Amino acid sequence: MVKFGVVVFPGSNCDKDCLWAVKDMTGEKADFIWHESKDIMKYDVIILPGGFSYGDYLRSGAIARFSKVMDSVQEFALKKNKMVVGICNGFQILLEAGLLPGAMLMNKNLKFISKYIYLSVENNKTAFTSKCKKGQILRIPIAHGEGNYFCDDKTLNSLIKNDQIVFRYCDEHGKINDETNANGSLYNIAGIMNIKGNVMGMMPHPERAMTSKLGSVDGNLVFQSIVTHVKKYL
Amino acid sequence: MSKYNKANDLEITDEIIKEHGFKPEEYENILTIMGRKPTYVELGIFSAMWSEHCSYKHSKPTLKKFPHKGKFVIQGPGENAGIIDTGTDLAVAFKIESHNHPSAVEPFQGAATGVGGILRDIFTMGARPVAGLDSLRFGNPESKNTQRLISGVVKGIAFYGNCMGVPTVAGETVFEDSYEDNCLVNAMTIGIVEKKKIIKAKASGLGNSVMYIGALTGRDGIHGATFASAELSEETAENRSSVQVADPFMEKLLLEATLELIDEKVMIGIQDMGAAGLTSSSTEMAYRGGVGIELDMDKVPKREKGMNAYEIMLSESQERMLLVAKKGKEKKVEKILNKWGLHASVIGKVIKKPNVIIIEKGQVVADIPVYPLTDSNHPLFPLKKQKGVKPAYLKDIDIKPEEVKVPENMELVLKKLMACPNIASKSNIWEQYDHMVQTNTVTLPGSDAAVIDVKDRDFMISTAVDCNGRYVYLDPFKGGKIAMAESARNVSCSGATPVAFTNCLNFGNPEDPEIFWQFEKAVEGMCDAATALKTPVISGNVSFYNEGPSGAIYPTPVVGMVGYITGKEKRYAKQYFKDDNDIIVLLGDNKNEIGASEYLKVIHGIIKGPVPDINMKNEIAVQKSCREGIKKGIIKSAHDTSKGGLAVALAECCITSTLHGDKAKGARIELKSNMRMDALLFGETQSRIIVTVSKENLPALKKIALANKITATQIGTVGGNRLMINVDWTSNKNPKKINVSIDELIELWSKGVNKYV
Repeated sequence: MVKFGVVVFPGSNCDKDCLWAVKDMTGEKADFIWHESKDIMKYDVIILPGGFSYGDYLRSGAIARFSKVMDSVQEFALKKNKMVVGICNGFQILLEAGLLPGAMLMNKNLKFISKYIYLSVENNKTAFTSKCKKGQILRIPIAHGEGNYFCDDKTLNSLIKNDQIVFRYCDEHGKINDETNANGSLYNIAGIMNIKGNVMGMMPHPERAMTSKLGSVDGNLVFQSIVTHVKKYL
Repeated sequence: MSKYNKANDLEITDEIIKEHGFKPEEYENILTIMGRKPTYVELGIFSAMWSEHCSYKHSKPTLKKFPHKGKFVIQGPGENAGIIDTGTDLAVAFKIESHNHPSAVEPFQGAATGVGGILRDIFTMGARPVAGLDSLRFGNPESKNTQRLISGVVKGIAFYGNCMGVPTVAGETVFEDSYEDNCLVNAMTIGIVEKKKIIKAKASGLGNSVMYIGALTGRDGIHGATFASAELSEETAENRSSVQVADPFMEKLLLEATLELIDEKVMIGIQDMGAAGLTSSSTEMAYRGGVGIELDMDKVPKREKGMNAYEIMLSESQERMLLVAKKGKEKKVEKILNKWGLHASVIGKVIKKPNVIIIEKGQVVADIPVYPLTDSNHPLFPLKKQKGVKPAYLKDIDIKPEEVKVPENMELVLKKLMACPNIASKSNIWEQYDHMVQTNTVTLPGSDAAVIDVKDRDFMISTAVDCNGRYVYLDPFKGGKIAMAESARNVSCSGATPVAFTNCLNFGNPEDPEIFWQFEKAVEGMCDAATALKTPVISGNVSFYNEGPSGAIYPTPVVGMVGYITGKEKRYAKQYFKDDNDIIVLLGDNKNEIGASEYLKVIHGIIKGPVPDINMKNEIAVQKSCREGIKKGIIKSAHDTSKGGLAVALAECCITSTLHGDKAKGARIELKSNMRMDALLFGETQSRIIVTVSKENLPALKKIALANKITATQIGTVGGNRLMINVDWTSNKNPKKINVSIDELIELWSKGVNKYV
């Protein structure tokens, strides 16, 4: 079985949801990892979950990047080339930690937004989306105040050129424009990965879209893609 | 420095007594209790504990009328929160509380700390909060002041609830001019606790350590409880220091640490330091345990220099708790708190003499017997035996329907109602709340009731908050009754059996006999309905003095109902139409009533009765039929008619699917009636639920209705992209029609309120 580690920062609040998505919905193994722990190399995948790490009163993820566990996550991702997924606050932390390029601004409407939105799978040749079709439209909720992705032109161009953009906000028909942009993100970006393709951050919450009872099963595609990848290559 | 930083041997003058809000006879009681003049600290403690907010001195005799027993009740009123059994190893804790005055003065912090306070009430019982609800009331949404208040209140609730990771799943937002100067912010939290881990706010075990955990004590919120016990005026608006500052991150840590303390079995009891902070938590814990508590002010962790005992005891700094540790477990408590980056300090001990003793720099500065401070049965407790007088405004409160002209164009009326503030969509409010965290939210906000799944168990929780203040204003007894009936009906529409409720009774100044009459009658009406529904009250809160310069608010007894959906399949229903060709059936009867309706207010500008009638026997039978139909898998959707009546409810059935990402559906309705057209379409007759079934299940539904002796009328079919209502008005054979596109309804409904938020 694939072993997931879900990091628990003080203030994480989607940690239990991620554990449930992995164990109960995907049928793999998962443990919590306390933010002071350094013992993470035994895992195949690390998830940085959503929430408000250390309160996020400063800038989302700005303090979490200095936590002990993040040193190990750097090594896990950069030296061991293992998979790291940051969801919502996790994505913000990955940006602050420099594991992914760019930064998050306040949502364009300056409000917290919690609702189901649509995502277009921009790249399905990744370890996180292999179970999706290219251009497939996923319905997954977002819940954040700072999810307005931003980077400079050079970075954006290289993200595009290197196929690092994984998800973009769209409408139910796949239309991508300003109107279908959930939070004002540059280029409608909802999720990106690093150039090596082993670290991904996304603002939407796939762990909240695991059963039809909760409104969508599309989140399963992300978790199953990861499991398939780990089983195939590791 | 605050104005309270005075020497403890200060001469207690008449002016100081008055400043503390005491009536002369109350001060006499203090002298009798103490056998001497009180010290300055003692005076402060009495003033907080005997404030309306903490003492319930005006409401207690009336509140005793509520039914509070039942087979599900594990913990009734009198604790941090009430608890009900689920028939499994788990129990459900819940409570609603007001934070009206702080929110009116400082909307963001006021609302945020309101949410923080109610969350602490739940997790101090050992329960993990799983859902939040909010009942909000404001003045006219077009006013700049209202827009400022909404924006602040909603951001405050979002700030706190979202950070805590507790989904805000349901609520109501109501706009009436009477709330212009005194908005209402009532917050409810539901938690789940393993029965064997329930813990109470009780001190016991002589010599046991009393420990302080959480945030440091500052000068914020001093006398907040007293502030909440007076009308809002220009001067009280200056009272910003009485509003506390919220730190949800601290509370998230406290939540996790508290639940861990309970898992590790290291404490005897724990209480949140809410209103009146250290004063009420220590006094109430001592009272419940029949013991005393001695506290050393020098050991209280402080964030400001030079605080005296008065300020420390009366501070309402947030995110603090008081606990009594098991003997020898102090170090363990500290270790758990440290793990979460928090501190624990021993600040006192449990003593035999049932007094609260406060020590500062080695000197006793206060020594007050606990019983008269907090026990409403004590002869010296200043319980008010008020008599109500029927308000003069009720003399001429009913309209003569024949004086109200029936409008020509019913379609126009429907469109106006769909866009009016009390009916239009509130999605711009609840989309600011994380309502899906914890992955249990089965029915999203914007529905009759929210449904929260409980994983790995055969039950789900359904919950709704409800009150129509206008009804209560026009007829307190009936209005109270309807608030109960409707909250239960909302829960029944999801398929759940209502089990128990909590209430937040928001009224004006109880010293005014007319206001007190409203209060008494509303409670009597609620009791009537609660007894019939077999739903006891298990917790609640009274908020008096909700008045501004222009007078009292509408009496607003908000009901928070909780019900269970049981069975292996956990069958439930949502409110919107599901499939084309489904048959639309109305459970219950239409009556010729237009009084007190949204229609009367919005279209004719009339706020008058009579409030619709309610017959609890029929109400219960309608609800039961609905639940049976859902449980048997026959009923596919269920929505009750409330504000705006039948036509608005039908429109909502067509369009609220869009909130769940489902397709909107049209409907074709045929009504036969000889009553007033406006009453039929927009009257707010109670005990009606619109349900849908597939064609083949229609006979089964009719059988259920027959068995429960209620009317079930086939009124139409789902399908198309228009709502068409055809009324065969038999009395003049002139059929009238509503024929409106679903897209237009969605447009009107989506923008009516959202444009102000």
